[in-house]
Amino acid sequence: MKHTLRQVFHSGKFIFGFSIFVAILLIVLIYPLIIPDPPLAIIAQGTFFKPGTYVNVYDSISAPKYILNLEDAAAKRIASRLNNDDRLAMKDWLVGYGIPEDEIDIADTEQLLGLWETHFDPKASIAGMTNAKRNYYIRLNTSLEGLLATEGAIIAVKNTATGALEEKGTIAQAEYVNVNEVANVRVLPLGTDNFGRDVLTELVAAARVSLQIGFVAGIIATLIGLTLGLLAGYIGGMVDDIIMFFTNLFTVIPSMVLLILISFSIGQEKRGASTIAVVIGFTSWVWTARAVRAQVISLRNRDHVNLSKLSGHSVVHIIIADIFPYIASYVVMALILQISSGILSEAGLSILGLGPKTTEVPTLGLMMNWAMIYQAHVLGKWWAYLPVLITIALITFSMNLMNTGLDQVFNPALRE
Amino acid sequence: MKGYRKYFLNKLGWFLVTLVCAFILNFILPRLMPGDPVAAIVARMAQGMSDATGVRAIYQQYTELFGTNKPMVEQFFIYMRNVLRGDFGFSFSQYPRTVADALKSSILWTIGLQFPAIIVGWLVGNTLGALAAYLKGGFDKVLMPVSIFVSNFPAFGMAIILMVIFGVTLEWFPTSGGYGFDLIPEFSWKFIHSVIVHYQLPFWSIVLIAIGGQAIGMRSMAIYELNADYVKYARFMGIKDRKIIGYVFRNAMLPQITGLALSIGTMVGGALVAEIVFSYPGLGYTILNGVMGQDYPLISATTLIITIMVLSANFIIEILYGVIDPRIKAAQAE
Repeated sequence: MKHTLRQVFHSGKFIFGFSIFVAILLIVLIYPLIIPDPPLAIIAQGTFFKPGTYVNVYDSISAPKYILNLEDAAAKRIASRLNNDDRLAMKDWLVGYGIPEDEIDIADTEQLLGLWETHFDPKASIAGMTNAKRNYYIRLNTSLEGLLATEGAIIAVKNTATGALEEKGTIAQAEYVNVNEVANVRVLPLGTDNFGRDVLTELVAAARVSLQIGFVAGIIATLIGLTLGLLAGYIGGMVDDIIMFFTNLFTVIPSMVLLILISFSIGQEKRGASTIAVVIGFTSWVWTARAVRAQVISLRNRDHVNLSKLSGHSVVHIIIADIFPYIASYVVMALILQISSGILSEAGLSILGLGPKTTEVPTLGLMMNWAMIYQAHVLGKWWAYLPVLITIALITFSMNLMNTGLDQVFNPALRE
Repeated sequence: MKGYRKYFLNKLGWFLVTLVCAFILNFILPRLMPGDPVAAIVARMAQGMSDATGVRAIYQQYTELFGTNKPMVEQFFIYMRNVLRGDFGFSFSQYPRTVADALKSSILWTIGLQFPAIIVGWLVGNTLGALAAYLKGGFDKVLMPVSIFVSNFPAFGMAIILMVIFGVTLEWFPTSGGYGFDLIPEFSWKFIHSVIVHYQLPFWSIVLIAIGGQAIGMRSMAIYELNADYVKYARFMGIKDRKIIGYVFRNAMLPQITGLALSIGTMVGGALVAEIVFSYPGLGYTILNGVMGQDYPLISATTLIITIMVLSANFIIEILYGVIDPRIKAAQAE
């Protein structure tokens, strides 16, 4: 046993896959301890907030102020409110209005704004301009107001008695707050999803549930497959015929079709994550059964098994003591594959809308399903689906690498 | 020839038995669903109706129409007779459209998309796998990890990534549908062009997934064969390398054909989900509609058709395999 383990951990592929898998597992286990937020809590009002650090505006007004004189601050401020597309659009308008093109330099903000302020007229009719375009220019014009101002902004508070605004203080343009001193700062490394939930917290919880589904499904499938394979292979005869009949049957009937039918029949209300796991387990034992049976048949007439039979050991004893050790490595490999395919099956089912019911726990498949329904991929909201895909791919990839590594250790023909 | 006939009859028998079992499963599973689908339709239809007798009349009419008031066994025989006639009843969610009508076009789309994609993926994957086994070195080192990664990638993931890169960002191909939404199906250059353009992304996403899995399988089969004793023997005999390779790959190919027969169900399952990502008007999308509309005649008919398609494909591959592999004839003739 010790020797085998040492051999296994000499395989580069296995170690690589194993490290990825353990890393995922650790993240899934440790993250909720550090950030114990409920994964399905809706925190954002609105859909698909971009990844980033969200600083509370109200708190930052009262936070301690520091003056930093940075040279490029003004340029950056203007750039964030007037991007290149807007500048080009302004040029288009001005050219359409009749200003010679060579007089306009879109890189020179002051000159451009000067021209704009003197000439822009929302009522002016420019040839070939649609109504939407006209509205865009009006919006642009309002957003440009005060762009070049150098005085600070005034904070005013409404007097509760008179309703008049009273000046409480001013904020100069060079004033900064230290993010660490603002009471409420929320980092959303992966933004929020369509319901306004923190994607990272949700993703970690989903990976956890998906792994659980994979494990439960994998263990069920492997146990069924192992039992049937051992029985069919060792006992043979009628038992073998019957088991093989069902095995052959379910090999050709696509398991996805069975999954769809069963999940649909269970109905949305009763479909929890554990139900889905059990259903997946019960539809994916076929391959393990076939392979175990083939291995057992080749072992059945080995000398040590015959000797055991002659010694009068019971069938159970022979299977456990004389046959199982020979196929144990194979069963572990099959289990790993079953777990990863269980995770994929859950994801496929959820995309069809047949996943676990949506109110309790997130799963990787459900997150995909939500992202698809809300068109995250078309809208360019990559943070809603890409991390999920990468997580699925990493889990299955790491498990397959482990499997390939094991295969090379136990199957000398495949060694390089 | 006698051996082959025996093989053929054996496979045909299996085909029929699985078909019957699949049919029974297909009938029973959706009918175990809790809740009354007819009640759901009536609730939808009777919205705003305050007259209780009116609602009950509608309910009775629908129950009779769909036959849900008869005992299960009777329903089964009615269902079987109807299916043999190509009549799958009415769709719950698209009533008064019949299921057969709703499915008619999507079957063609699915066959047109999936079978070429799976075959192309299989051919390319096997070629790459064989090359990796033969060339070894750099080619193998690059191809294998990529193949393992790609084959582990869920089919819908590949579909989404291709769609985001080539559909949304580069805008080379449309992102959804089987043809332009402004066109009606007809034999015109414009329509055919639109179909071809819409075909690309779903097709390649299925092909890529298939390539990965097949390349891995073919590589290990070919490595196994390359190390076999007969290869060494042939080398000692001084037979040309090219000729040996021919034998090796022929032998490595045979299990891959059986592999295709066995994995075609899984591939179709994955491809159905890829169809959904692209809103391709095939069976996958129909299932999605059925699930959304709680439409069991539609789901049941769709899954039945998918099963029949997979079983037939499987049957055809096995028949071809019998022709290709001389050992089958020999084994059956004994």
